[in-house]
Amino acid sequence: MSHVMQRFSGFAIARQALTGHMGWGRQWRSPEPQPTYDAVIVGGGGHGLATAFHLARDHGMRRVAVLEKSWIGGGNTGRNTTIIRSNYLFDASSRLYDHAVQLWERLSQTLNYNVMFSQRGVLMLAHNVHDEQVFKRHVHANRLNGVDNEWLSASEAQAFCPPLRIDGDMRYPVLGAALQRRAGTARHDAVAWGYARAADALGVDIVENCAVTGIVRDAGGAVQAVETTRGRIATRKLGVVAAGNTSVIMGMAGLRMPLESYPLQALVSEPVKRVFPCVVMSNSIHAYISQSDKGELVIGAGTDAYVSYSQRGALHVSTHTLEAICELFPQFRRLRMLRNWGGIVDVTPDRSPIIAKTAVPGLYVNCGWGTGGFKATPGSGDLFAWTVAKDEPHPINAPFTIERFRDGYLIDEAAAAAVAH
Amino acid sequence: MLLIPCPYCGPRPELEFAYGGEANMVRPADPALLNDDDWAAFLYQRSNPRGLHAERWRHVHGCGRFFNARRDTVSDLFQASWKPGEAPP
Repeated sequence: MSHVMQRFSGFAIARQALTGHMGWGRQWRSPEPQPTYDAVIVGGGGHGLATAFHLARDHGMRRVAVLEKSWIGGGNTGRNTTIIRSNYLFDASSRLYDHAVQLWERLSQTLNYNVMFSQRGVLMLAHNVHDEQVFKRHVHANRLNGVDNEWLSASEAQAFCPPLRIDGDMRYPVLGAALQRRAGTARHDAVAWGYARAADALGVDIVENCAVTGIVRDAGGAVQAVETTRGRIATRKLGVVAAGNTSVIMGMAGLRMPLESYPLQALVSEPVKRVFPCVVMSNSIHAYISQSDKGELVIGAGTDAYVSYSQRGALHVSTHTLEAICELFPQFRRLRMLRNWGGIVDVTPDRSPIIAKTAVPGLYVNCGWGTGGFKATPGSGDLFAWTVAKDEPHPINAPFTIERFRDGYLIDEAAAAAVAH
Repeated sequence: MLLIPCPYCGPRPELEFAYGGEANMVRPADPALLNDDDWAAFLYQRSNPRGLHAERWRHVHGCGRFFNARRDTVSDLFQASWKPGEAPP
């Protein structure tokens, strides 16, 4: 089923140059779904593709399919602001997100695909005494967990990010900032494509335009097959990685989830020369901004207040963020915004994800990444593949169960998110 | 921005409202009688439908009153709104 992957290297580029670069083939197949698989992953975003890659590479499962209702990477993977960091407060989250950062650090080599991971640093701005106390607590907690994070004064923050305005006459002056130097950004599409290519080379079938319409269970209640728009597919292991649509898919197995889906917006400016060296976030006035390698300023706005699957957000939400950006960086006031869009994020009550087995044998779920899932992509795939293959959680994702809501072991990262959603 | 039909004041822009979450989440009369699963279900599980959603809104910058509404979560169009205690149309 697998085919030989065309490896990328300097030598390959030189050789292709001799024939006018006409020899680059398709990067992955577009197979018809087989009637049976050892494991089926629902959702062809970064997390789902990474899960399939790890199932095939680390757990010897070669008959794996990823079912995507539209095209791969067309959901939240292609709609986020590409920020990667691991400066979360609690021990469990700190381990979870830093596991991902460690995988990011060698992901381009792992996949033989340049995901353009750039550890340019993430600055989180403090605007009042409360922010300062909270961020210093984060810095200490992170360092105890072996995660880099440091406190900068306002002038040190400006030295790190020269465009930043730190005047005392701002409505919300910058009092200082927490800086994680290992944090940064990556090219989001490349992450989806790199995982798709690498998984495909290991024999994983990536089936696009294939929506799941039902989950078939046997007499004992265990997963037996999925019904799809391209026919019935038998499997004993079903991993749901469907982000905003998780509640809908899990409802097909009769499960109600502790999730609500909201539109989250992002927007980019017209491309300009290199003007912005890092990522800046402000929790209190709700802004986050970085510059892509194409030159666009990439700006994240907030979520709408209500449950929606519309994949667009309200104008007043993005306006609110732009006002904050213009206050921090007055030189950007005359930039035009080129595009804006929304993605549907699935939010749990404690703002931490669920990567777990469910009450239904053979049904696994990886969801609830809310407004910050992109950063966790490699770790999420690695840990979820472990959970699906071994039918038990890896120690890192063991706390991230569904039952934590029943048992009271919430991982309450709501206040630790970069911005207040 | 949504145009929200307040049953008391008529259609008004979203900025005048606060979202109140899923409707009909009735607090159990005696939580002490519930088992942990049922209590967690009340606290945390939500329908989160892709389609029609019964929800509460409060017209905070208008009449100040709570009301119920039914909205399609894919198109965001409101189908109906009604006062508390009334039967949904």
